[in-house]
Amino acid sequence: MKSGKFWAWVVFIIGAAYFFIPLMATVEFSLRMRRGVHSFDAYQVVLGDPRFQSTFLYSVVAAICTIVLGVLIVVPAAYWIRLRLPQLRPIVEFITLLPLVIPAIVIVFGYIRMYGSNSPLPFLGSNWGANALLVIGYTTLALPYMYRAVDTGLRTIDVRTLTEAAQILGAGWGTIIGRVILPNVLIAVLSGAFLTFAIVIGEFTMASLLSRPAFGPYLQNIGANRAYEPAALAVIAFAITWGCMSLIQILSRFAPKSANRPN
Amino acid sequence: MADPFLSIQHVRKSFGATTVVEDFNLDVERGEFVSFLGPSGCGKTTVLRMVAGFEEPSAGKIVVGGKDITRLKPNQRNVGMVFQAYALFPNLTVAQNIGFGLKVAGMPRADIDARVAEMLGIIKLPQMADRYPYQLSGGQQQRIALARAIAPKPKLLLLDEPLSALDAKVRISLREEIRSIQKKLGITTIFVTHDQEEALSISDRIAVMYGGKAEQVGTPFEIYNRPATKFVANFVGTLNVLEGKVTDAASGKVQVDTQEVSLKGKLNGSKSGDTLSLALRPEAISLGRQPGRDSSLLGEIAEVHFLGSVIRVRVGIGGSMVSLDTFNNSATPPPAVGEKAEISFSSGDMLVLH
Repeated sequence: MKSGKFWAWVVFIIGAAYFFIPLMATVEFSLRMRRGVHSFDAYQVVLGDPRFQSTFLYSVVAAICTIVLGVLIVVPAAYWIRLRLPQLRPIVEFITLLPLVIPAIVIVFGYIRMYGSNSPLPFLGSNWGANALLVIGYTTLALPYMYRAVDTGLRTIDVRTLTEAAQILGAGWGTIIGRVILPNVLIAVLSGAFLTFAIVIGEFTMASLLSRPAFGPYLQNIGANRAYEPAALAVIAFAITWGCMSLIQILSRFAPKSANRPN
Repeated sequence: MADPFLSIQHVRKSFGATTVVEDFNLDVERGEFVSFLGPSGCGKTTVLRMVAGFEEPSAGKIVVGGKDITRLKPNQRNVGMVFQAYALFPNLTVAQNIGFGLKVAGMPRADIDARVAEMLGIIKLPQMADRYPYQLSGGQQQRIALARAIAPKPKLLLLDEPLSALDAKVRISLREEIRSIQKKLGITTIFVTHDQEEALSISDRIAVMYGGKAEQVGTPFEIYNRPATKFVANFVGTLNVLEGKVTDAASGKVQVDTQEVSLKGKLNGSKSGDTLSLALRPEAISLGRQPGRDSSLLGEIAEVHFLGSVIRVRVGIGGSMVSLDTFNNSATPPPAVGEKAEISFSSGDMLVLH
């Protein structure tokens, strides 16, 4: 037992070192902008850069739109497959996994060919269209994570009986999904949303090839031309990610109580 | 029945090539409590689900209050239902669960609150309004589910094995509570169960189902005492079945083992030499000769089980075994295994199964 505990600690320390040493090195490097002393100059430069603010805001808005679109597509689809079309589940799972297999660059080239300004659906002919196409593309990229998260959430509740209980009480499909199903898979949706947020904030390929002013291309641009600022940006990105995780933890405390999650 | 409130007419349900309900007919009066009783797979839940609207009949129609509801969606039927698995919404409090149907119907908030309070009073859980389902016991959850089902004042209440998931003690108290609430509100109710004791104890009438058909529909007294088929006789209550051979059809003489009993008037259609299945309920049999019991058979005590207030005795008669219960009398010791014994019964209590 004692020996088992020792090795558990060894594994834990190796894992923690693997994760924390590069992070600490990045933090340390990001503080070295002023020669000879540690300072937050790199952070001041990054945060004071209007391009940082605009690209970050753009990516946050894109992430929120992606999450909303993803939830609107995935929740009803996963629900309906569980309720009425369970035989389609393997096929849908396969389809949702495709974005992991097909590189984003292939998808975006397909978009450029399909939705160019001369096509019947000229998304790329306007800024709004290109923004919409980017969000649609991000939704596709986030599909494997969002679908799995929601499907796992649906597995923890008796979808069929809850649906029937709501139906017999007079509820229509909108009420059933909005008031019964969605609140009971909220934690799962939130974790899917968090993953989507993380993917969108750092995404480079689609935003760059669709010429969108997103955070990913900005990161790449700074990384290629500066020394200390990229390290500061990496630390900021980590902080945002951890902030999101903490927010989800806090939100989950206020999420609806579930019979499957007693106390 | 001149004007049935619920009328299920020639209903059939097939899933692909499998027919699970076949030509099912039943008329239920307003305010009546009818149980569908049968083993797993007999089609009782399928009939209930067709009344609820979750399954569409392959043929036939369902009429409630004179209106054909066969093709209506579940949310258009104004029917209440209680499920075996409670099916309370985990994200809503007890009060929100009970008020769900009322809110969906667009009832004003004040009216919903009043009705929820009334329902909580009826199910005797007024202090539970703000609890979540996971904070309640199984029995409490099912009472909330009942309150939720009856809150919108449905025309019909459907209970799909609501007591199956509960322990024995709660089951008994809750079934009595369900019956008393049903009587108080006068709501027409269909109750699905595979537990004969449940069905016998709370129903106005029982439809015993087997193989997708109603084998017999009658009051609990009729079902128990005058089973129409061999299946009903076997399924409802404990039954001792003896093989007998008609020796004299005209005078009603039947030979059981090597002994003869008289069943005058019960052998309709049987000829001398026919083999019959004869059935006796354990409570119709006494150990030893008893006044008022006109028939008897001799056998040997095979098993004696002391159960406290009751002693269960099994008597071997030829190749058959007959069970009977006698009250424990401290002055009389129980019979011993291997003793010769005489059992007596009234020939009128013997059922001839077809």
